[in-house]
Parts: sequence; C-alpha cells; structure tokens
Amino acid sequence: MEQPEQNVVAKTEMPKPAALQDTQPSDAAVSGTSGEHVFNTKNVSIYYGSFRAVTDVSLTIYENEITAFIGPSGCGKTTVLRTLNRMNDLVPGARVEGDVDYRGAPVYAPDVSATAVRRRIGMVFQKPNPFPKSIYDNIAYGPRINGERKKSKLDEIVERSLRQAALWDEVKNRLNKSGLALSGGQAQRLCIARTLAVEPDVVLMDEPCSALDPIATAAIEDLMRDIKSQYTIVIVTHNMQQATRVSDRTAFFSVLRNEKSDTRTGVLVEYDRTENIFQNPRDSRTQAYVTGRMG
Amino acid sequence: MTVAAEQSKVNLREPPSWRRTKNRIATVLMVLAFVLVIIPLGFVLFTVIAKGASIISWSFLTSSIPVNVAPANVGGIGPAIVGTIEITALATVMAVPLGILGAVYLNEYGGKNWLARLIGFMSDVMTGVPSIVMGLFIFSIWVLHFGFSGLAGAFALGCLMLPIVIRSTDEMLKLVPDPLREASYALGATKSRVTLTVVLPAAIAGIVSGALLAVARAAGETAPLLFTILTVTTVNKNVFSGANTSLPSQIFSNATSPYVGAQARGWGAALTLIVIAFVLMVVARFVTARFTRYSR
Repeated sequence: MEQPEQNVVAKTEMPKPAALQDTQPSDAAVSGTSGEHVFNTKNVSIYYGSFRAVTDVSLTIYENEITAFIGPSGCGKTTVLRTLNRMNDLVPGARVEGDVDYRGAPVYAPDVSATAVRRRIGMVFQKPNPFPKSIYDNIAYGPRINGERKKSKLDEIVERSLRQAALWDEVKNRLNKSGLALSGGQAQRLCIARTLAVEPDVVLMDEPCSALDPIATAAIEDLMRDIKSQYTIVIVTHNMQQATRVSDRTAFFSVLRNEKSDTRTGVLVEYDRTENIFQNPRDSRTQAYVTGRMG
Repeated sequence: MTVAAEQSKVNLREPPSWRRTKNRIATVLMVLAFVLVIIPLGFVLFTVIAKGASIISWSFLTSSIPVNVAPANVGGIGPAIVGTIEITALATVMAVPLGILGAVYLNEYGGKNWLARLIGFMSDVMTGVPSIVMGLFIFSIWVLHFGFSGLAGAFALGCLMLPIVIRSTDEMLKLVPDPLREASYALGATKSRVTLTVVLPAAIAGIVSGALLAVARAAGETAPLLFTILTVTTVNKNVFSGANTSLPSQIFSNATSPYVGAQARGWGAALTLIVIAFVLMVVARFVTARFTRYSR
C-alpha cells in the first residue's frame, strides 16, 4: 500500500475542548506550501437516474491536508465525496460525467476496479456503523479481507489502529466485546480505526460528528489533526465551526435553482483556504452562508 | 395521596373519560385474544400427552411396527422415527443450502432484474402449492421411474421447504442494514466478501431459525410422503432405495385403523413427533442466542 511520506505538515498544538467555540482557523496558516495533488476533478457532474445532483465540480485536493465540504442540505457535497471512492456505484442509477483523477489515475476508467479504489480511499460514515462483531474483529476485518491471516500481525494492526483513533485505552480490556456495545462517540472512533487499519491513503468522512455530542466531536477532531501527517482527509460537515477548527481548505457547495425548468442541482461555489472562505469570501453566496444569513 | 391531590392546585389524575375506557377495552381484548390462541394449543398438547405418554418406553421407540391388530404393549415405532430423521435430514441437506443461496441471489445479486423477480414470484407460488400436489409431482417424475424410496420423500419435502427457506432468508437479508454493507465495501471488499463476511453473519440467527422452522414443518408433513415412501414395518437404513416410513405416515395409518392397540401406538407416535419438533425449536433458540452474541 502506498504511504505518503513527504510534505509532513508541522503539527500545531491542537485547541483544547474548551476552545470549542473558537472560530480561529487551526493550522491552515502553517501549511503554507501546497502538497501533491491527491484528487483532481474536472467538470464532474453526477446523476441519479435523470436527476443531475451535482454539476461541473472542478477541484483539487492536496496531500496531508484536511479539506472540508460545507454547504446547505441537498447541495451534493456528500454525493461528491462518495464519488471520490466510487461508493456511488452502489446506488442504482448513479452515473458520473467528467474526470475524477486520483494521483493521476482516472478513477472511472473502464478497467479500474472499484474495490482497488476503495482499498486506498477509505470512508467513515455519518452514522457509526460497526459490524455486529467483536471490537477486535471489527478492526481486523479490513486486513483480513486483504489477506492478512497472521494473528501476531493482526494484533499489532488492531492495537496501532485503536491507538491512532484514540480508543485503545478505553477498549483494550474488552476487545472481544461487541462493537455495538460502544457509545456513539466510541463507535465512531471504532469505525475510524477500522478504516485506518487497512492503511488507506485518503480518508473520506461524511459528517462523522453529526450524531455525536461536543466532547466526542472534540475527540474526533483531535484525532483528525493527529493523523493528518499520514493521511489526506476530506470531510463533509454541516458544522461551520468544525470546518474552521480542523480544515486547511474549504469547498462551499450550494444549490442552483433553474426557475424555468424547475430543477435544482448542486454546484461548487467557492474553494479556497479555509481562512479565506470564512474571512474573505469572494462570492456573495459564500459570505451569506458563512455569516449565517442563508442555508 | 388523595390529600396531596386535593391540596394541590394542579390535578394530575387522569380524568374519567372515553379514552380511558377504550384503553381498558383494548387491553381486555388483547388478553382475550392471547388466551384464545393458547387454548387450542393447550388442548392439543394435553390430549396428546394424556393419550400418548403411557405407551412411551425405550422398547416402544426402538421396536419394529407390529400388525395393527396387536395390542398396545406390543411393538413400537422405531422404523418411523428412523425414517423421519433420515428423510427430513436428507430434505434439509437439499433444500436449506439451495434456499439460502437462492435468497442471497434474490437479495444481494439479482436486485430488481427480471430473473430475480421471476424467481421471487415462482417461489411465492410454490409456497401456495398444496403439499399433496407436491407428492403427486414427485410421484410422477421420480417414483414411477425409480420406485418408492426415502429419497423420493426427501425430494417432496425439500420442494415444500425450499420456498419457506427462500422467503424467510430473504426477509432476514432485507433486515441487514445497508450501512453495514457500505462499511464493508468502503474497506475494499468485493461483493462476495461483503455477502459472506457481513451480510450472512449478521442475518445468520434469523436464517437458522427460519430453516429450522421449515425443517419442523417438513418433519410433520404426511401428504407428500403418501405416494413417495409408502409405509414399512422394519427399519430401512438405506434412505436412497426401498420403501420407508415416517412418523406422520404412521400416525395417519394407525389413526385410521379400528384397533385400540394401533390407535394407542398412533398417539405415542404423535407425542414423539411433537417432542422432536419441540427439540428442534429449542435448538433453534440456542443457535440463535449463540449467533447473536455480538448483535447488541
């Protein structure tokens, strides 16, 4: 598995949970230079049947950064996220137009295996979805389907992943207990650990904190900052404070309504460094959204 | 309490009203419905135990079947027990894997394509086929060419079990939440992996109890066996050839006989069959509990 090693961003001291209301961009300013392009999308439109959910999205996602997708409901940010690792293939009738390149390789070329794509590009979902298996088996699931059989190696992976997800100390004495017995925040960290266990290159997160309380949210945000030096993260969030707290770049999506044909579609309005999106947005729609006058 | 209620300005007591009456009526009706359901079951159990328990003994369970005129203390139902176990086991081996695979196809692979729709529809139709018709069907395509055998009976029972297994497995697979499938796909699993390592384990408890219900149902079937296995009086260990017998067939033939001894043995056989079905249910419970260890 490919491991990004270069361009490790200097980790800043992360804000303590007390700073939850802090709207200062965290460490966006530190990562002054842009890393390698992990994703390049060009004029991507996504359809569900005849409904065009998203139109003409072009953006670049950089290595070892946290990129946030924000925007009102129905603007297609989750759709775009799920397009990056071909999760939308599972939706009957979903179709992608335009180019999605992952490190130079077209994700939607006919000979590309969605399975191979997803092994490199992991995903964490909105609702924690641990398997009805033990905590250990939840984490070992990914390595096992990739052919890892050795107990010692699996033990090592389970411990490393749970440590990365800041869950090890809480569960190390009950690894054989059901993953469903965990609290919401723990279950979500378990899902993150499960994703990290296969050592993906990119971690996509679809509103990972929307079902969690502020303390669990802070724990997950800490975790994201911790693992950023090794992974590239894309996160969809409804919480603008969260975007400002964790992300380096922010993409603002909005809904474009066509009055004549009475259709609507999601568009990418503005994509920039997070501090610019929140402090000097170029588009009036972005400004209206981030200041709370819309959406 | 009444004092407190009188002193307080707010009245928290529920006012006597039509709503309260409706609630009472509904509760009473529900209890009544439950009792009504239990009564026939209780009667059946009571009668079978009362009439069958006295005859049960080790020699009754293992001896060969005597002629109908024999008194109650002669012979037993050994061949019928062996036959029921052989035939039902063979039918299970044929129908359960096939049914589970069929349901997996319907739910995980077929989706809404025409083949899946057709199979789903045909399996529903098959559920409605009377069991005696299934027996006739096997009689005409198998027994007429190869003769009576436990195998023919197993075919007939398997045909009856198949749609039940397909339907119950399908329902269980539908209950597996999609986020679990997505989680597995997102880790790079292929469809077959997702099915084998996530979907089936998550549904296994329901699948097993559905299959065992189908087994219990098949074990109690008489009609499909009438033209497929006949009845015999000695144990036939070879399920693949030669006539055989089963508990339901034996109950049927004994119950229609005018001799007191045969009827008593029929009651004994009925009790034995109920006990076998009961054991299967208990096993189903245990298996379910074993498999759902991680589901909460």
